[in-house]
Amino acid sequence: MSEKTIERPTTDEAALAKELEAEEKAAARQASLLKDGWADLRKRPLFILSALVIVCLLALAIAPSLFTARSPFSDGFCQLQNSMNGPSSGHLFGFDVQGCDIYTRTVYGTRNSIVVGVVTTIATTLIGGLLGMLAGLIGGWVDMLLSRITEVFSALPIIIGGLLIMSIWRTGDVWTVSFIMAILGWPQVFRIMRGEVISNKYNDYVMAARALGADSWRIAFRHILPNTLAPVIVITTMNLGVYISAEAALSYLGIGIQSPNISWGLMISDAQDRFLTSPHALLFPAGALSLTVLAFIMLGDVVRDAFDPKMR
Amino acid sequence: MTIIDPTDAVPAPRSGDGDKTSPLLEVRDLHVEFKTREGVVRAVNGVNYSVDSGETLAVLGESGSGKSVTAQAIMGILDMPPASIPKGEIRFFGQDMLKMSGEERRKLRGARIAMIFQDALSSLNPVLSVGFQLGEMFRVHQGLSRKQAKAKAIELMDRVKIPAAAARVNDYPHQFSGGMRQRIMIAMALALEPDLIIADEPTTALDVTVQAQVMDLLAELQREYRMGLILITHDLGVVADVADKIAVMYAGRIVETAPVHELYKRPAHPYTRGLLDSIPRLDLKGQDLYAIKGLPPNLLKVPSGCAFNPRCEKAQDICRTDLPPLVPVTERDGTELPGRASACHFWKETIHG
Repeated sequence: MSEKTIERPTTDEAALAKELEAEEKAAARQASLLKDGWADLRKRPLFILSALVIVCLLALAIAPSLFTARSPFSDGFCQLQNSMNGPSSGHLFGFDVQGCDIYTRTVYGTRNSIVVGVVTTIATTLIGGLLGMLAGLIGGWVDMLLSRITEVFSALPIIIGGLLIMSIWRTGDVWTVSFIMAILGWPQVFRIMRGEVISNKYNDYVMAARALGADSWRIAFRHILPNTLAPVIVITTMNLGVYISAEAALSYLGIGIQSPNISWGLMISDAQDRFLTSPHALLFPAGALSLTVLAFIMLGDVVRDAFDPKMR
Repeated sequence: MTIIDPTDAVPAPRSGDGDKTSPLLEVRDLHVEFKTREGVVRAVNGVNYSVDSGETLAVLGESGSGKSVTAQAIMGILDMPPASIPKGEIRFFGQDMLKMSGEERRKLRGARIAMIFQDALSSLNPVLSVGFQLGEMFRVHQGLSRKQAKAKAIELMDRVKIPAAAARVNDYPHQFSGGMRQRIMIAMALALEPDLIIADEPTTALDVTVQAQVMDLLAELQREYRMGLILITHDLGVVADVADKIAVMYAGRIVETAPVHELYKRPAHPYTRGLLDSIPRLDLKGQDLYAIKGLPPNLLKVPSGCAFNPRCEKAQDICRTDLPPLVPVTERDGTELPGRASACHFWKETIHG
């Protein structure tokens, strides 16, 4: 009797409840990649630390005048009689060989580093992502052609490519440097995007979307694109740091940002000859560069840990 | 609920008893080939069948018999190339869909002909919420706003009996169980009240109790909307309760057609008989289960004559040389059996002997 009373009202609902239970276990294992990654990210101390540093750097880049009373572009900013003076009160980082205040120059150098990093990252992601998606989706000869073009660009080392382009233009501002690095950097994003699209486009849900009347655009942007984003986001965050250090390297070698523009790489290059007698001129910009690159690479690292399904 | 009809290309939707002359869907002499490195695979070799409104056709066959390829050809979602359709017609309300433009066919998909897939988990996009994917149907075909689409999605989830639909509309596919996911697939297919639904092994990925629930739901909704249903399956048990007629496929051809109960009672093709004999039966408990010997043919090298001849117990010389046509099956005295046909040289012996 008791059995009957339990069974009678809800054979269906009892089955449903059971299903719900089983499904919750499955949910814990494989939640939506982006949502899950974000929840994971917020709990990591390394993420909070790197995010804090990056916020400070962004503030420096956006409003350098808030952090220093002097402007490196004003008359009388550099006084030769201060040349290579060490740190003192009011001039915490000391002076460089031209007698310019290193603290102010370091603060103003932040913007160029960040802008180059961000612009290059955005450009490579857009170019590489778009072309990678095209190659993956269309396949056939389009894929073949784009892949071969990619190989040509990725075969060129960044230093040689930089020398080549700089010897043509010789302007040496932020945009030229970003352009050089974007031109040479997009193949990496292209490869990732292309691979992701190809591995996703034969999935059943793509066929299901087609069977329900979605057109090619909708399938590409609504169905395939969201599934490819996680790895692209990871590589993008990592690249921010990589591009900032690459900019410094190019500037250090004299084929990146040129005077009178301020760059940490340039400051390091100027200070290297007198490193033994007055190391401060090199150490402060180098420290700023290291901190910035470290912050972005750290961020990329935790983002990868949080988002990359293969790392779980 | 009224549908804003997005296509003018195809006349007479399911409005009353309209055009009686042409069936809802008619497949005529359909051939599908795949070009592979090893050669041309002839997956479908002249399939004929038709479905009317409110009717359920079960297409039965082993893996590789061409049943899913036929369905994909009807939907127009075959990847071409490598697939190609060298011959045949697929008439929807009398109009050959193979002659339509890609855009015309796309507008039919989802709105007039919809499909339910086997594996609901992989057929739902993992990064989009269920409500979004259901609502997408209305946004693509009817141009509704996000909000309206979501309301419709909830309504649909209610209709396929998903509990607490309003609360679950923003959940992702992995948060639902197998049975619930298949209900969502059904809801997606039903969304625009199509004239024809093709269900490609809708219950294969589910366990037996949930299978029954899903089949009941499908049958109920089909009756309610008077849709045509093509049910593709290899499970004879699923078919018996739901289907009106059955087409049995083997190596890309239809080898037998019959109304459902007739087929179970008196099969007219040795292959069908073999399938029926290999169903486990309670009254034969303890005995060895019958199995059709051999393997399905390699579609690159289909045996000459009747494709079933290497596995057939009744095979004679003629079966190895001559391809048997699909001929109407009659009673011993010559009275016609409506809807019955068999592609066997010895159908008389099979059905009457």
